[in-house]
Amino acid sequence: MLILDGLSKTYAGGTEALRAVSLSVRQGDIVAMVGGSGCGKTTLLRLVAGLDIPSAGTVTVDDRQITAPNEAIGLIFQEPRLLPWLTVADNIAFGLSHLPKDERRARVDFALHRVGLDGYNDRWPRQLSGGQAQRVAISRALAPEPKVLLLDEPFSALDAFTRAALHAHLLALWEARRPTLILVTHDVEEAVALADRVVVMQPHPGRIFTEIAIDSPRPRDPLSDEFVALKRQILRALDGSLATSRAQTRKPDETAAAAWW
Amino acid sequence: MSIADARDGAADAPASDRTGARGAWSRDLAVGLVLPAALALGWELAVRAGLSDGRLVPPPSRIWLTLVDLWRTGDLLTHILATLARVGAGFALGAAAGTLLGAISGALPLFRRLSDPLLQGLRAVPSIAWVPLFILWFGIFEAPKVTLIAVGVFFPVYLGVMGAIQSVDRKLIEVGRMFRLNRAGMMGRILLPAILPSWAIALRSGLGLGFMFVVAAEFMGASEGLGYLLVDGQQLGKPDQIVAAIIVFAVLGKLWDAILVALTAPLMRWQDTARAEQ
Repeated sequence: MLILDGLSKTYAGGTEALRAVSLSVRQGDIVAMVGGSGCGKTTLLRLVAGLDIPSAGTVTVDDRQITAPNEAIGLIFQEPRLLPWLTVADNIAFGLSHLPKDERRARVDFALHRVGLDGYNDRWPRQLSGGQAQRVAISRALAPEPKVLLLDEPFSALDAFTRAALHAHLLALWEARRPTLILVTHDVEEAVALADRVVVMQPHPGRIFTEIAIDSPRPRDPLSDEFVALKRQILRALDGSLATSRAQTRKPDETAAAAWW
Repeated sequence: MSIADARDGAADAPASDRTGARGAWSRDLAVGLVLPAALALGWELAVRAGLSDGRLVPPPSRIWLTLVDLWRTGDLLTHILATLARVGAGFALGAAAGTLLGAISGALPLFRRLSDPLLQGLRAVPSIAWVPLFILWFGIFEAPKVTLIAVGVFFPVYLGVMGAIQSVDRKLIEVGRMFRLNRAGMMGRILLPAILPSWAIALRSGLGLGFMFVVAAEFMGASEGLGYLLVDGQQLGKPDQIVAAIIVFAVLGKLWDAILVALTAPLMRWQDTARAEQ
């Protein structure tokens, strides 16, 4: 169980990136966080990952509070961020140095098989395409078998075909151990394709606007009526989130304008 | 040697494993030899034709004879070995100290703020200015010479390593943080591998300066070494011996630079450079 309780973040410059976000996610659920830019999605993931310290509120995984990077939590960045001086196999095994060699090798082979890169062990990162590199990055994050995997727009730099294939690879790896997935995305279709729950965020400051549950089985047909209806529902929610935040921010602007005149 | 040269050279090494690249390499070498060979031949002919007596600028044939003579008597080898031993010891000391202090300065901001101004100040001192002090401190034998060379090697290596560590991609450091590396792990598994290419370049600059400073060191007073050959040639009026020593310096410097490149090339085969995939 992953619990975010009143999570807030105000940066040193005074920017309020996140205000009182509370969310609880059952083990093994896939949650997509969608929202326009500036709604604190990346900030949220960095707090959950323990890379940044929240200004207020807590993150707990199975009753253990997270204040620093923790083996229970893996993070996939927007870019693959493979270490260029390590081979594919060594990159995947980067977080496994505590394991015996055989076990390491077995986990690397398993992960490579699941993402369709059998035999890529000794390649260098520079020899991979963008999609292959991101698959290796997913394998690296999942190899230590974290309870929670955070994904920060991991497919945003890829073309639509590669993205769809990567969704399948991600689900294949997820099936094996069923970690909790928190997927930040600005792609509504991606959210509907993968998530059990879609959390719509609202910007300035970032907070949760509404939440939509999806309980149809995966894989989901993007052309089905249900899929399209869900997409429409989320897009409408996104519009709503932007409209209310605009309405709220306009007021101080008007008073400022009045003071000027 | 400029940074760009060093980069090119570093990327050259893996490429030259392949036969196609080797053909290109020998063609480059041939093109590069055209001008010096033409100059040497021209001067030789000029002296033979009596246009110059070649006393102050000896023709290539006389330099060659001098080299052969020096080699036959075994003197040349003695001088070469003496010089190489000094450069080797000074380079090892200077490179080790430069790498260590550069890595610490790059990784620990407090240490950098504390020590970098002092080191930068010392760097501004022309290294030859240390010679009198080193002679007073360490006597007139090997110690002051090796120290002077080490000082020369230290600064480019220190600066190169420190700058490289400071410019390691923050994104890769975050990967290390996600995998909960401690300070030593971060140093050994992220920072050091990331700076290997810059480190190799810094070592090459350091070695170049090492060869520069060995001459200064041997001018201080030495009974053997290539620098001694230079001083001896000046005092006894033997320009052929001076030019012979200069040529040996050129060959040795280039040779050791190539050896350093070859030794560090395996550390950089992962690099995504323009030449790596050729």
